[in-house]
Amino acid sequence: MCINFIGEIINIIVKVGVIVFPGSNCDRDMFHVLSDVFDLNTQYYWHEKGLPNNIDAVVLPGGFSYGDRLRAGVIAAHSPVINDVKKLANKGIPILGVCNGFQILVESNLLPGVLLKNESLNFMCQWTNLIVKNNKTPFTNKLQLNQKIPIPIANGEGRYYVDSQLMHDLKKHNQIVFAYEDYVNGSVEQIAGICNEDGNVVGMMPHPERAAEKLINPLDNKPSSLIFESLIHTLGVKN
Amino acid sequence: MSLQKHETKHIQDVLKRKLTKTELQIIAAEWSEHCSYKSSKKHLKMLPTTGLNVISEKGYDSGVLDVGGGYVVTVHIESHNHPSAVEPFGGAATGVGGVIRDILSTGTRPIAILDGLRFGDIENDTHARWLFKNAVSGIADYGNCLGIPTIGGEVEFDDSYKGYALVDVAAIGFGKKNRLIKNHACKGDLVVLIGGSTGRDGIGGSQFASDSLEGEDRSAIQIPDPFIEKLIIETILEARNENCINAMKDLGGGGLSCAVSEIAESLGIGIELDVNNVHTRESGLLPDEIMISESQERMLIITSKQKLPKLRQICNKFRVTCSTIGHVKNDKMMHVKKAKKTLALLPAEFVARAPLLDRKKTKPKYLLQIKKENKVKKTLDYSKIILKLLSSPNIASKHWVFQQYDHEVGIRTVVKPGFDASVLRLDNGKFLSAKIDGNPKHCYLDPRQGAIGCFEEACRNVICTGANPIGMVDHLQFGNPEDPEIFWTFMESLEGLTEYAKFLRIPCVGGKVSFYNETPSGPIKPTPLIGVLGIKDKTPFLSVSPNNDDYLVVIGDTKDELGGSEYFEYIHRFIGGVCPRVNFTDSKINMLAVLSLIKNKLVKSVHDCSKGGLSIALSELSIFGNIGCTIDIEKIPCEENLSSEKILFSESHSRYLLVINKKNIEKVNHILSKKKIAFAVLGKYSGDQIIIKHKSKNLVKFRIDLAQKRYFNGLEDLLKHG
Repeated sequence: MCINFIGEIINIIVKVGVIVFPGSNCDRDMFHVLSDVFDLNTQYYWHEKGLPNNIDAVVLPGGFSYGDRLRAGVIAAHSPVINDVKKLANKGIPILGVCNGFQILVESNLLPGVLLKNESLNFMCQWTNLIVKNNKTPFTNKLQLNQKIPIPIANGEGRYYVDSQLMHDLKKHNQIVFAYEDYVNGSVEQIAGICNEDGNVVGMMPHPERAAEKLINPLDNKPSSLIFESLIHTLGVKN
Repeated sequence: MSLQKHETKHIQDVLKRKLTKTELQIIAAEWSEHCSYKSSKKHLKMLPTTGLNVISEKGYDSGVLDVGGGYVVTVHIESHNHPSAVEPFGGAATGVGGVIRDILSTGTRPIAILDGLRFGDIENDTHARWLFKNAVSGIADYGNCLGIPTIGGEVEFDDSYKGYALVDVAAIGFGKKNRLIKNHACKGDLVVLIGGSTGRDGIGGSQFASDSLEGEDRSAIQIPDPFIEKLIIETILEARNENCINAMKDLGGGGLSCAVSEIAESLGIGIELDVNNVHTRESGLLPDEIMISESQERMLIITSKQKLPKLRQICNKFRVTCSTIGHVKNDKMMHVKKAKKTLALLPAEFVARAPLLDRKKTKPKYLLQIKKENKVKKTLDYSKIILKLLSSPNIASKHWVFQQYDHEVGIRTVVKPGFDASVLRLDNGKFLSAKIDGNPKHCYLDPRQGAIGCFEEACRNVICTGANPIGMVDHLQFGNPEDPEIFWTFMESLEGLTEYAKFLRIPCVGGKVSFYNETPSGPIKPTPLIGVLGIKDKTPFLSVSPNNDDYLVVIGDTKDELGGSEYFEYIHRFIGGVCPRVNFTDSKINMLAVLSLIKNKLVKSVHDCSKGGLSIALSELSIFGNIGCTIDIEKIPCEENLSSEKILFSESHSRYLLVINKKNIEKVNHILSKKKIAFAVLGKYSGDQIIIKHKSKNLVKFRIDLAQKRYFNGLEDLLKHG
């Protein structure tokens, strides 16, 4: 239930879609957090199925779409569903890509830059601290600027890179959303997450769905929860 | 082909005809040690396999435990040693794939992997280092891609694995009890092969694994593809939800030959199949190759005619190839055809049940020659020794390993890897604790006591998380069983495990035997590996780091048991002495005492005392808690006049270190005294140094930051720089 601008009580059934690619493996985790923890009306969308026009937010979850063949995310970027994601992105619908989802958004040109192999050349699964650099996006508007988020990463190709020209643009348009507190994997300017120029498409390597519940977060689950609460705030859902 | 003379004779005697080449290939694959357990099967029956929580069904390849609320946990353990010794990346990866499909075949979703890795001396042997690094990458590559967290395991280095590799993988599944596949089939049902295509990889793999590793038979090694495995997992779980699966079996060792004969035998049915219908990777594969290829990521499904279209539709969704290769008959025969030509027609039961062997056993001579005492110069700097142990490959932090594994995916991992047992949350509100343990150094000196010790250690780790052990899996790895001395060590270990399992009433719900683990310089040390699962209701027990003024308490007796310890083997390069032995009664009462203290919320943290002994266990608590402690070992429960060397480094079992808040120490004191538990308040936490006193003299004194540096960099430095 929600109250609109002239005070009428209206029913809004918000729809959040979690896209499932062959090889996605954080889809169920993301679904659980969106639907069971934050009570959002969430649905899975198989990558060959189209997305409805009236969807309110889309999440591309982590995993190994197409087994990371060729390059992480590059094959999934050619899935039929990506055309719909692009249309929705243009309409300003909030879109979040996490880990492999971020790699897919980059490979689809929805976000700038590339994600290279980590400097260690190894897969890295460990807890890190993020620093919020932009709290104007649909996924960060409940967070404070420079707020710290304890959160795990789990990737092999998570080193964000852009050349200096693009970096200039990123900064100009306030597109750096999250940076690592420490030097983690060799990402340029320790970037962990970015958004498009409009700010509605956000990609991040760390996994907020792994940090939003107290039981599985050994440090502090509140900051990560705020990523989801930001989305709820953006969508105007009142619980 | 690996058929023995007496086996060929047995075939002639029973079937009374000359067999076709295909028939011989099928039988040779299935009768390999790897598939048939012909040396061990008679004896494995001694293990207790039933219990309140155990669900057993026909044809299950993994153990099933009822964990309440309509849910089950499944578990299985396997190894992939021979292939990993030749091609560590692919070998280790395939090891993960195989055990995952065993979990899947019961209709449960795999939710966790644990792995046990053993190699030669990586400090000095660059080949061992290469094997180790690549095996870790292989497991990471496969498990991470599947989205199944690798939540724990162990890594150990020992000279007896020189030129060889032990790669053990345990997997855990979870699902609804009413969704378990109840294997059944009736006449006219279809036999469907889904997944990867059959190729020329892994030809005769099970026979390769049933012989000493002499040549590098690369064609016997399977090529892994985790992406296909991931698709198979999703396909099968969806097919399960749509009730498309009557019976299911994974294709592992022995390929189609074993899967078909074993499923037919367990269900009492016949299967007729046409090799022309098997989807292959290349043209021109011979029928025999198709029958014994161990190409990975394949599952055999029996479905009914009406359900086939739905099954096909699901396979199409995931682009998983699905071939109807045959059908079910009543005649209990395994009938292999190529178009109209019969290539093999054998009673399934005959194929699936190899004639079992009675291996001879004799006590090994080496045991008589082992030195009982190590003459050590008395004036040793124990601080230096402890720091050296902390940075030794067997004790140093394994974060370099487990940080390459995604251990968080699935968002169940409550207690992460790196300490004692790992803990997963389950959908029924309970918490599952899991740990695997082995100790070849102990087992070499005393295969029976060593094996019991591994079992107890795994239990201890589970107890440290406040969970009750509910089931175990064992993986028994030895050299050539034809050698009576090696077979003796196998029997000793098995009998020891049986004895302890019966005493604690922990059912053995699965396991595997791996023989012929021989390196170029001889057999490996006996390496039984034990996995234990435990359940904790309601809330998990989360360790809290010690603070100033917290007390350190030890439970359990320290004994004169330095044999096989890291202190003897790593510091003194001495193999010998008396290995620790579990006192069953103490083992149980100590476990119950720890569980009750945790249940009553009287402890902040519990740590098991094992490799390296008391000195290492207490250092680890300080390293993780980032706080020093001052303790006095004079108070420690032990026999009279036990030397400080033994107190510090003996690896006696049934011991736990507990961190207790000041306000609870009286209560804990009272409870433990009342229960007549051997225990002592050793000292208190404070400062930034570990100080161990004996007779009011400082025996050990070093800074925590130094210990942390040694502990966290020990293994990583070794691997980063070469």
